[in-house]
Amino acid sequence: MKYLSRRLIHAILLLLAISFFSFALLQMAPGDYFDSLRLNPQISSQTVDKIRAQYGLDRPFPVRYAFWLRGALQGDLGYSLASNSAVGPLIGVRARNTVLLSGTATALAWLLALPIGIWSAAKRRRTVDRAAELATSALLTVPDLLLFLALLLLAVRTGWFPTGGMTSAADDESSFWSTFTDIAFHLVLPAFGLALAMLPMLVRHVRAAMIEVLEAPFVRAARGHGIPRLRILFRYALPVASNPLIQLLGFSLATMLSTSVIAEIVLSWPGLGALMVESIFARDLYVVVAIVMLSSIFLVAGNLLADLLLLAADPRIRTE
Amino acid sequence: MTLRHTLRLTIILLAVLHALIFFAGFIAPYGFSSQNRDLTFAPPAQIHFVDAHGKIHGRPFVYGLKTDALDPTGYEIDPSQIHPLEFFVAGAPYKIAGLLPATRHLFGVRAPSQIFLMGTDAYGRDQFSRFLYGGQISLLAGLLAAAGALTIAIAVGALAGYYRGWIDEILMRTGELFVALPWLYLLFAVRAVLPLHIAGWQVFLLLVAVMGLLGWARPARLIRGVVLSAKERNFVLAARGFGASDFYLLGRHILPQASGVILTQLALLIPQYVLAEVTLSFLGLGVSEPTPSWGSLLSSLQQYYVLSSYWWMFLPAVLLVPVFLLYYAAANALQERFRSVQL
Repeated sequence: MKYLSRRLIHAILLLLAISFFSFALLQMAPGDYFDSLRLNPQISSQTVDKIRAQYGLDRPFPVRYAFWLRGALQGDLGYSLASNSAVGPLIGVRARNTVLLSGTATALAWLLALPIGIWSAAKRRRTVDRAAELATSALLTVPDLLLFLALLLLAVRTGWFPTGGMTSAADDESSFWSTFTDIAFHLVLPAFGLALAMLPMLVRHVRAAMIEVLEAPFVRAARGHGIPRLRILFRYALPVASNPLIQLLGFSLATMLSTSVIAEIVLSWPGLGALMVESIFARDLYVVVAIVMLSSIFLVAGNLLADLLLLAADPRIRTE
Repeated sequence: MTLRHTLRLTIILLAVLHALIFFAGFIAPYGFSSQNRDLTFAPPAQIHFVDAHGKIHGRPFVYGLKTDALDPTGYEIDPSQIHPLEFFVAGAPYKIAGLLPATRHLFGVRAPSQIFLMGTDAYGRDQFSRFLYGGQISLLAGLLAAAGALTIAIAVGALAGYYRGWIDEILMRTGELFVALPWLYLLFAVRAVLPLHIAGWQVFLLLVAVMGLLGWARPARLIRGVVLSAKERNFVLAARGFGASDFYLLGRHILPQASGVILTQLALLIPQYVLAEVTLSFLGLGVSEPTPSWGSLLSSLQQYYVLSSYWWMFLPAVLLVPVFLLYYAAANALQERFRSVQL
């Protein structure tokens, strides 16, 4: 319990720190809306001061921060001037798209990384392991940008895949099933690319964790008892090695909103990262800050989830 | 190849790479902003030794380009005249390290013909020259940001590991916050409050500062770990017994033991920050035209017709692979080397 409460306090502190930083950023932007009123000779400076007081702009920084925080907690994230709508729903749709993309990619990457990592740990220093090592090193040195550009080139040249976007044509009449297949078809390339980009780090961690366990005396004892190889790998070694992997999974989930930025932009997937860059060019500050806040919430939630899973999986932490 | 050889080789190659980038003005045949509006998207020049008549030349040469009669956007090679490659030619003036004015270039062909080793971009600018000059921005950003992050990390790690207690607690908890930050988004956010068109070097310095400020936490934790074990070593205790001050102990005895970790982290952080700069410039949020960086060289690939028609626009991205490979290899070799020292 002490463990959990400490993690919770930590999460809340993190969110507070980021919200404070975000608000400070909003304040750093030069000038406020009413500065232009001062230039108008027909409006006296007393009137401007009165209006500013009405909106609370004359209050000291901490008070304004508290007000802003209260609004944000109630879901009022401000107003996007560029798209002329409230920030909340605008971000909601984009966040859903991003989660769809990076969720698929994360699942794909883990499904590939676990068997590859376990296999190369079991066949340590053998041909399979060397090949996996070579492949992951190669993938690690290829910048994500190049990877996605190459995939885009593949799509443009061959025409096998759609060249970006999430749906083909805006067709409201189409059935659920055809929309589903359409989105899935558009998802293939970005999700595959993103999974490839995530893969090398995951494989390395899985391999390292498994090797550490496989060297432990109890594994040798199990082998001496004639327990089948696969059973040793999956039933004996993997649960023991899962501790750092669960943390890594939490990290994967936590960074879900921000890992796909480059993929979204290059392959024009209408997600949060793409919105972020559009908003910067449109100087739509509230959207930018809201995205930072949302991705931090994801981050905190992902890490908390990992802590909970760890608590469930590792008896040593429970009895601490 | 033994570990020592690997380490030596990667460091030599890295030094060569940085020297090439540092002397970009000398290596590059043209300036980074000199345009040839009649030679847009010219393909990379092929260097020949044998001409159309089968005659072998001792001096390598290139052919000129002429506009394709059928396709106005394409070029065809003009085999009627050869342009021999010359070395140490006089050309566009530049400054070595921004100070010493010079006009000599490593190679070139006699004007008015030109040589484009990596083709040209939409303004007919030489991609090879721009890649070299772009490296100055990108690598400098990586080096400065990594140096900044490590400076903070060393100070924090030393303080936290040496004094323990509440200083340690505060610094390490803050570090946990920083490790968890969505740093690419934060970088975007900081960029968002800046005006879009402020002077290039201001953007550059600011981004470098932010990257450095955001990245100190992970190395700081590692350095703290080394300091923790290093300060209990017998010779450190002995020096303390002789009355050495905290500052002397840290600087003379404890931090040198962390040099392996620091160097390894440096080799890991630099490519990471170079990549961050490349990403930002690719999106158009880094340094602005006409100054090239490795990221802005790639940004034209966002247009489909450039992507699908001009393969040489990919070359800067492809060349990034060996650069990163070198850094990662150096980091690996350094890590192995200092691990074997400690055992």
